[in-house]
Amino acid sequence: MTLKTEPRKTPSLLLKNCKPIGGIYTGNEQSDLRIRDGKIAEVGSGLAPAPDELVHDAGGHFVSPGWMDMHVHFREPGQEHKETIHTGCRSAAFGGFTEVACMPNTTPPIHTRDVVEYIRNVASGEPVAVHPIGCVTKERKGRSLAEMADMKKGGAVAFSDDGDPVYDPAVMRTALEYSSMLDRPVINHEEDLALSRPGHMHEGSISTKLGLEGTPSIAEEVMIARDLLLAELTGGHIHVAHISTRNAVQMVREAKAKGIRVTTEVCPHHFDLTHEEIEKRGFDTNVKMHPPLRTQDDVDAMIEGLRDGTIDAICTDHAPHSIEEKEVEFIYAPNGIIGLETAWSISVMRLLEPGHLTLPQLLEKFIRAPREILRLPVPALEVGAEANLTLFSTDETWTYTEAVIRSKSRNSPYIGQTMRGRATGIYHRGIWVLNEL
Amino acid sequence: MGGQAKGSTPFAQKHLLGLADYSAADILYVLDQAKMFREVLDRPVPKIPTLRDKTIVNLFYENSTRTRLSFELAQKRMGADVVNFSAGTSSTKKGESLKDTIRNISSMKIDMVVSRHESPGVPHFLTRCVDATIINAGDGAHEHPTQALLDMFTMRQLAPDLRGKRVVMIGDIAHSRVVRSNIIGLRKVGAEVMVCGPKSLMPLDVRSLGVEVSFDLEEALGWCDFAMALRIQMERMNGGTDLFPSLREYHELFGIKMAHLERYPDFTVMHPGPVNRGVELESDVADSDRAVILNQVTNGVAVRMAVMYLLSGGLRTG
Repeated sequence: MTLKTEPRKTPSLLLKNCKPIGGIYTGNEQSDLRIRDGKIAEVGSGLAPAPDELVHDAGGHFVSPGWMDMHVHFREPGQEHKETIHTGCRSAAFGGFTEVACMPNTTPPIHTRDVVEYIRNVASGEPVAVHPIGCVTKERKGRSLAEMADMKKGGAVAFSDDGDPVYDPAVMRTALEYSSMLDRPVINHEEDLALSRPGHMHEGSISTKLGLEGTPSIAEEVMIARDLLLAELTGGHIHVAHISTRNAVQMVREAKAKGIRVTTEVCPHHFDLTHEEIEKRGFDTNVKMHPPLRTQDDVDAMIEGLRDGTIDAICTDHAPHSIEEKEVEFIYAPNGIIGLETAWSISVMRLLEPGHLTLPQLLEKFIRAPREILRLPVPALEVGAEANLTLFSTDETWTYTEAVIRSKSRNSPYIGQTMRGRATGIYHRGIWVLNEL
Repeated sequence: MGGQAKGSTPFAQKHLLGLADYSAADILYVLDQAKMFREVLDRPVPKIPTLRDKTIVNLFYENSTRTRLSFELAQKRMGADVVNFSAGTSSTKKGESLKDTIRNISSMKIDMVVSRHESPGVPHFLTRCVDATIINAGDGAHEHPTQALLDMFTMRQLAPDLRGKRVVMIGDIAHSRVVRSNIIGLRKVGAEVMVCGPKSLMPLDVRSLGVEVSFDLEEALGWCDFAMALRIQMERMNGGTDLFPSLREYHELFGIKMAHLERYPDFTVMHPGPVNRGVELESDVADSDRAVILNQVTNGVAVRMAVMYLLSGGLRTG
């Protein structure tokens, strides 16, 4: 799409009529926020514009520390027809994210320091910080450990073979031992392939009805059980990627209570949609993802897990695929959907509006939790701090259409859906991005 | 043909994607229409050129000799122009996507597409690609609606009212499209359905389909009016994980034998074919007068004629 307002270097910006939330600010009072030289310079009411300042009337929207998505696939290098780092960042900004962590299943995979540095270099001019996640194993093949320490020096924030699990338990044990020395988590795509293949959707009443091979919940749970035991043994930090089943949430809950170093994340589609969508939508491949959409009971368990803190972060697993890849027979279609641009709205409608989470609780999942998991500094909303900010609403009604999509791909089940709550802009690295519809 | 039709109500369905989309009235209407076509097949010149202005493509991505022959014969008996598209390999391997393939074929002015594919949902996908009428001739393990219709037609030759009749389907329940369409169709017209077979060949939540479940062939045969043995797909035996130990043990536990016919004198033996003699059925059972397997094949042509006739707007133009 062509943006009406291109992101641009804006060292000095005056946000009029915003409601700061975070730090000492409660979000209850409307005021103005001034940015000078990329830093928060002043917060107060009735601030007068300086001559060299860009002024934006926020129309009463909230401004919080910038959000982070710790699980995206930006496809570069190697699959730039799906997404590039640039288009991925554009999509992230539209979703309100100022930082993302990108998964290493690229071609070549992010399995050496030079690829880590390549990603960071390509992304260095973007308004969105891209933190590479390095592979656990060389070539992402699951056999021998990649050079984790070197990748960490290059800027890798965690290690994962995402897209595939670290399947060999001995490799996982070693990876947790080694990464604990580096104080970085291992993020595992929890899937026992022997149990899950050749599944194309959640195994249950709908797969039975539709005759599609199922991916059972236990394929996820068996792998998580193994990883929790290995984390307990090694003292390593296991981060359970894109959790999706009730038993999985319960296992993580119990492991946390035991003091095992485990964290987890959930995608909006897993607390919003169920496997029934595949039937309702006549085998639409935009509801095919891994983990698959599961049952209403699992959806309820995701919400309970978010409420009691078992689930730390909300992530998108933003997985762009081109139209020609997705518009095929259901069993041939690749897994995954784009998610950056709809994560906030789905969270507002499914978590905030029904009262499952308060606004500060929801923002924790978008701001503090992912950064603590990845040992990144949490941006502060205070005078003097670097301005790393997200501007957003919780009540604006808008429609997610193909025309507004910033990602290079369009594989979203939410196209055409009416949304409430929107990220209206971000400010980061001295760049102001206004998200126009 | 049109003169014999009851009333002039147009058939409301445009496609036959699966029996899930058809009401009991739709199903019974197709079956009643099929009776007339079944009579046509017994005539000296078994032709009725009701589709002579129609062009139909049989789009078969999976090998299926008998279903394709049955459709093709039905089409020729009705005077349609028929083209066959067969591809042994998937579209992704072939280089052209299914969407492009169907849109190319459709550009040649096709009225109807008969589709067979290994992926569930392909007929639904095709409706989003082209305007032609789509008939599902089997989509993976999902549905095979004309097979279920011909099975019900065959049952009705023996039991005109299927309400309360008991049908057991025996064998690989998890991977059978025949089972799914039959369960849906039979339940809609009021029959009771049981599935019977090794637990490892049952889908999870099989009871959610609204069926009785038994792992005991004796119990099943004592219960039923119709016993439909399903073909054991040999590929289930060498795909890496065997879902049951051996064909020998399968036959021991779930093969219908002559002794069963003697013990339970009332049930009728059916099979969608092709039969693995000595596996699903003892050879003599397949050839006995209790089996209606060849009737199923003949009826298949009549049922497919009826389906294509109704979906081509037969009543309105007839």
